[in-house]
Amino acid sequence: MSTPIFQVRDFNVRFHTPDGEVHAVKNANFDVHEGETLGVVGESGSGKSQLFLGAIGLIAGNGTVTGSVKYRGEELIGATQNRLNALRGSKITMIFQDPLTSLTPHMTIGTQVMEALRIHQRVPPAEAERRSIEILELVRIPEARRRMRQYPHELSGGMRQRVMIAMATVCGPDLLIADEPTTALDVTVQAQILDIMRDLQKELKTAIVMVSHDMGVIAGIAHRVQVMRNGEIVESGDVDKIFYEPQHAYTKALLNAMPRIDDPRHAGHLAASEAIVKAETLLTVNDLQVRFPIRTGGVLFPQVKDLRAVDGVSFSLLQGETLGVVGESGCGKSTLARAVLKLVPKSDGAVVWLGRDMGTLSDPDLRRLRKDLQIVFQDPLASLDPRMTIGHSISEPLKAQQPHLTRAQVREQVRDMMARVGLEPGWINRYPHEFSGGQNQRVGIARAMIVRPRLVVCDEAVSALDVSIQSQIVGLILKLQQEFGMAMIFISHDLSVVRQVSHRVMVLYLGRVVEMADRDTIYRDARHPYTRALIRAVPVPDPKLERAKARLILTGDLPSPLDSRAQLTFMKSRMIDDPDAVQYRPRLLEVAPGHLVAEHDPV
Amino acid sequence: MVTPFSGGKAELIEQAQEVQGRSLWVDARRRLFRNKAAMASIVLLGAIALMAILAPLLSAYSFDAQDYNVVSCSPDWWPDSTVICNAGGTHWFGTDYLGRDLFVRVLYGARVSLTVGLVATLVSLLIGVAYGAVAGFLGGRIDEFMMRFVDVLYSLPFIFFVIILMVIFHRSLFLLFIAIGAVEWLTMARIVRGQTLSIKQKEFIEAARAAGVGTFSIIRRHVIPNVVGPVIVYVTLTIPSVILAESFLSFLGLGVQEPLTSWGVLISDGANQLETAPWMLVFPAVFMAITLFCFNFIGDGLRDALDPKDR
Repeated sequence: MSTPIFQVRDFNVRFHTPDGEVHAVKNANFDVHEGETLGVVGESGSGKSQLFLGAIGLIAGNGTVTGSVKYRGEELIGATQNRLNALRGSKITMIFQDPLTSLTPHMTIGTQVMEALRIHQRVPPAEAERRSIEILELVRIPEARRRMRQYPHELSGGMRQRVMIAMATVCGPDLLIADEPTTALDVTVQAQILDIMRDLQKELKTAIVMVSHDMGVIAGIAHRVQVMRNGEIVESGDVDKIFYEPQHAYTKALLNAMPRIDDPRHAGHLAASEAIVKAETLLTVNDLQVRFPIRTGGVLFPQVKDLRAVDGVSFSLLQGETLGVVGESGCGKSTLARAVLKLVPKSDGAVVWLGRDMGTLSDPDLRRLRKDLQIVFQDPLASLDPRMTIGHSISEPLKAQQPHLTRAQVREQVRDMMARVGLEPGWINRYPHEFSGGQNQRVGIARAMIVRPRLVVCDEAVSALDVSIQSQIVGLILKLQQEFGMAMIFISHDLSVVRQVSHRVMVLYLGRVVEMADRDTIYRDARHPYTRALIRAVPVPDPKLERAKARLILTGDLPSPLDSRAQLTFMKSRMIDDPDAVQYRPRLLEVAPGHLVAEHDPV
Repeated sequence: MVTPFSGGKAELIEQAQEVQGRSLWVDARRRLFRNKAAMASIVLLGAIALMAILAPLLSAYSFDAQDYNVVSCSPDWWPDSTVICNAGGTHWFGTDYLGRDLFVRVLYGARVSLTVGLVATLVSLLIGVAYGAVAGFLGGRIDEFMMRFVDVLYSLPFIFFVIILMVIFHRSLFLLFIAIGAVEWLTMARIVRGQTLSIKQKEFIEAARAAGVGTFSIIRRHVIPNVVGPVIVYVTLTIPSVILAESFLSFLGLGVQEPLTSWGVLISDGANQLETAPWMLVFPAVFMAITLFCFNFIGDGLRDALDPKDR
């Protein structure tokens, strides 16, 4: 922990764009010591990635760097390309966010892992293979020998990220720069990857730079932390100091903005209020099923298998109530929401809205019903037509539902709604690309709210936003709910946010409900092993809690939903070992009033 | 909200406060204006089109007036002195084998070629966009059926198709539009369908469906405006290919009828007289080449200007 191996002094990165110069990194000064983990946090556009890309000479063509970057006393700025190439990939390595695009698709895993060894250390093939298998086992890839001959597309996201880590560590680097390595992964997989990185560091004594927007991830892994904003390092220090005694206002704001799974009301966060829930049942979903036919194997005679995206989900929703739906990617939570809104056709079961079965409605009736059912999407920019002004986008549901309104009336309502969601009414003629993500999400919310719906589905509505913006949008959604009293289905992979906004929470695993309870019960008294694993995997922005956490987590990835055995992962005692067999269906048991848990083997 | 003003006044004040947004079209136009090759092409093409429109005013000669004193005569300034005769003062491009002024004939040829180019492309545009957008958006069986129909039409040999049309209905300019348009819309439909399929996946389409907007309103309001970009680019590249197709048909003798002419006819005539009167080939060929170049440069410039990856 003593000698600095990486010294950065007066370091600047500038980009020349058609719109003028962008000063992405301003006067950065810091050291990385041997064997430590430096956490770098900041929101998008804070320059945290460009700082390190620039420092090791991987910057885009229109960028220039100035200042000094020393690796073990050797100046890197202005070093020859050959020298940099010799360092990168062997002594200084990098892991990127997206494990699919950073692996070459046409080369086997083995070739790619061995490549670094062959190039940098001229290791003979047999030796390279042995060491590659070793390192793959070290990052806990099961059946490493077989995986060596597989291609990147055959591996899941979590496995690919492990391969990336293996590639980055196989040459025994001094410094490993990880740029948001877990952002694209599910929480349980993220927890595994972080665990691997912690162990690797203990074993190999590599210094790690962890770049992340997530304070929780940083709390669990970093020794020292530096906070970046607009290209400047605003604060740096030991992890405990940053988290428990932050000095800079921005650090405090960041910490306060983080939703916390252990404390939904911390720092004055608004949480869902019980007062608005009325006894009237709005929506009843009964044994809903959505199946997609998937062709497998055989070019001439493909087998068609049903992918059960939603497999028998039942729930009901009261007026003004928020149901949180959580689960990892591929668990069917978005499909469930779309099936409820009839945006994808259901295969079986019933959706009953105010006593009317939506399956029996004619198309025009359904279109009229959409006045009550609205949706807010994940990607704010993609969900707005780029060629329409935001005013037109917001007014679209209104014009579709109430064609008798005059243009002036529509305009009046749009301006009114814009003011309510915190947009300047004068911006009515602007286009989505002129706004930030948070502002566009406000437009999306205004569009959903303008017809005063009784049910709003928020499909990962805050997941794509930076934490500070995210907390504003969550606050806005809760405020609107108090004002209009609509019910919500709030879908998210982020359990902390779900705890904050929901009244009840439903946990989905491969299209089935594994547990459902009110929000406090499910976090304090989770019964199902999957729910527990999920909750434990969520990183909390509190270093002491993170260190004290028991590392009992799920191993491996979500199994393929096409494999019928997958459903019984938590009830292996009843499993028939045949991927096509009809398996036992775990029943939902009511362990306490309103607390449903799927049957599972005792833990 | 109660305002002290009358409704009209309040609204005027509100509208005065509204910021006019910068639409994607405005952006694209700005980028296009910065592209020098495309702007030069637009100016040049505009000049050629203007000359074609004003053709009768620009020359003292009529396009079909024959003067047997100056048959196949070169312009005065022609560098090769071994030619049979000089056409004299105002025949700037010389004369053809019937003693007609070539300058005015090239401009009349431009009229026909550009009109065929524009009208046939417009026909293909209307049919292709509507057909492709409907097929792509409705998807499923309807899409399969509509696109297989396109495939069947594709497999008909174009030239035979035109020859048969000409034989049955006799040659006419109108028929030429139909014939070429009927072939060109196929590609347009495929392009629009492909674009529609990708736009259909976008969340804003789902948002419109969730809002209760009907299918055809979605196609009209969301799909078509968003496919316009690639379509415009394709249009600027279709026009030259239609002009080429027309000249090819004319070359085969299936194009417009004498004394009316087109660049294809002129080039065909010129090619026959290449050894004795090369200017008869050179002038129409140069005009056509410049026009095709211009369209291609404009198409390139438009693609760069409209490409969303730029942002």
